[in-house]
Amino acid sequence: MEDFRRRVEAERGYLLRYAALQLRDRHAAEDAVQETLLAALTGESGFAGRSNLRTWLTGILKHKIIDAIRRASRDGAAAAGEEDANLDEVVFNPRGHWATAQPAWPDPDASLEQAQFFAVLEECLARLPAKTAQAFMMREHLGLETADICKELGVTPTHCWVLLYRARMSLRECLQANWFGAR
Amino acid sequence: MMLSCKEVTRLVSQGLDRPLSPGERLRVRLHFLICRGCARFERQMAFLRLAVRRLGA
Repeated sequence: MEDFRRRVEAERGYLLRYAALQLRDRHAAEDAVQETLLAALTGESGFAGRSNLRTWLTGILKHKIIDAIRRASRDGAAAAGEEDANLDEVVFNPRGHWATAQPAWPDPDASLEQAQFFAVLEECLARLPAKTAQAFMMREHLGLETADICKELGVTPTHCWVLLYRARMSLRECLQANWFGAR
Repeated sequence: MMLSCKEVTRLVSQGLDRPLSPGERLRVRLHFLICRGCARFERQMAFLRLAVRRLGA
């Protein structure tokens, strides 16, 4: 029991980073992690060594994150202050063609083997505006359908696609500048 | 009617979130034939999806 508690506690830092990335709110992230650790410690039998501890904890945390996003969007907090820079105007010329040649990404699969790549990816995600990042993480990381994301964030499907598009464009620029183009 | 790169990137992104119509798919494919930048963009988007799924896995 003591050993289990120590192992769960050791994952706190990891879980906190994971939650902060998606919630963009330190307090909300801490709350979600606290609830997760509590649920884990009272539900140890649910773990019973059947999978990797971190994977199991992350599974619980995902539900807590979705709950937190739901609460925040009900409070209207997520709707406040979206400061999207218009990347389109930099990336495309006025006729809608690429303003500069698009370099290929050499051997991207090799990047997936490198911890440093994921650190850069996290940094890029952290730079996205809050709502854009939430929409993107709900779609790509939590695997929700667009219809559900729109509902949770209280936006129209069209706006949802715009948020996802902006997230992808900006992540692509960020990875190009800080990873693929920087090596 | 030819699509601009800006329009094509939007459709490529939406294609990850909803099924594109046959007409949309055709116009995107035709565009790729003449535009290496957009073809690369599509591969980069597929890679991005894979990378984010592995994040913290």
